Amino acid sequence: MEVNTIKVGMADLNVTKAPHQLTTLGLGSCVGITLYDGVNKVAGLVHIMLPSSKEIKNNQNKAKFADTGIEELVKSMEKIGADRKNLVAKIAGGAQMFNFNSNNQMLKIGERNVLATKEKLKELNIRLVSEDTGGNFGRTIVLDSIDGSLYVRTIGHGEKII
Amino acid sequence: MLDVENLNHFMIDILKELGNIGAGNAATALASLISKKVNMDVPNVRILEFKEVASVLGGEENLVVGIYFEITEDVIGNMLFVLDMDSAINLTNMLFNREKKDKELDEMDISAISEVGNILASSYANSLSSLTGLKIVISIPSISIDMAGAILSVPAIQYGHVADHALMIETIFEENQNLVTGNLFFLPNLSSFDKILTALGVN
Repeated sequence: MEVNTIKVGMADLNVTKAPHQLTTLGLGSCVGITLYDGVNKVAGLVHIMLPSSKEIKNNQNKAKFADTGIEELVKSMEKIGADRKNLVAKIAGGAQMFNFNSNNQMLKIGERNVLATKEKLKELNIRLVSEDTGGNFGRTIVLDSIDGSLYVRTIGHGEKII
Repeated sequence: MLDVENLNHFMIDILKELGNIGAGNAATALASLISKKVNMDVPNVRILEFKEVASVLGGEENLVVGIYFEITEDVIGNMLFVLDMDSAINLTNMLFNREKKDKELDEMDISAISEVGNILASSYANSLSSLTGLKIVISIPSISIDMAGAILSVPAIQYGHVADHALMIETIFEENQNLVTGNLFFLPNLSSFDKILTALGVN
């Protein structure tokens, strides 16, 4: 069977089953949240931009926020055969691309996105098994639905599988 | 409330004019810096969907240079100036008066690019300031060389609060064989945008 790599854009989500892959390119302050059901071989990826849908009026796009994005991702995975209790999470991104000695909260958005992601995962009882977050560089990630491995690629900061 | 999607043609014209004056001032400043004539193309003001933004710069993983500024005083917000690598190298060639080279940017190049970004951002800020009578101060530049998607996530997130679209002023400079295409993202916060519109008499 041919392996397809499905691209997930900013503020977007998608799900797939083995043997296909999910990818999102050039994560900066955004966070790529991947969920995996190793029993049913179902994988999901959401590319969130902001921590909370509750802080913003324009919140129709659920995939834009950590809180609603993760909930929506779980639902979408259940629809194609995932079992909520099998899900484990891996996350990447949440960098601070520019450095300033200021209190500008928008510049620390990466850190806040990571915190909000962890809180939501905890609330949903989804175990976070690994992460590659923070720093000041971009990341491209590829999730393999055969074994749930997450490949992380950067420019000048190496590549790894988490 | 500002809705970038509903910016009317009049607004676009104002932003374009702002871009024109800013780019004109920047070209003049650049020309005096390098003692050569620098041509400037009429800026193109575009409203893009987030998903289109990275493709404008050659895809999410394409290596680009981003220079970021904070704006304070009467207008609160920020500016981001983005150059692709070819433009960044052409710009350093222009500044250091040398032939096209393929080597990576060194510390000296990065510092020079950062300074040009500073000139550009100041020129835009000054033209906006004189058009509106508002006091506008920009911070020192912060530079990042990385994937286009990662750098553009910064303005995208800032626009993410208000809309699913981004506003971009494209500026082109040319000196001899060296073509430099840069994209300036201007991101005032909501109340500052209202303030600008009021000062321009369009609110």
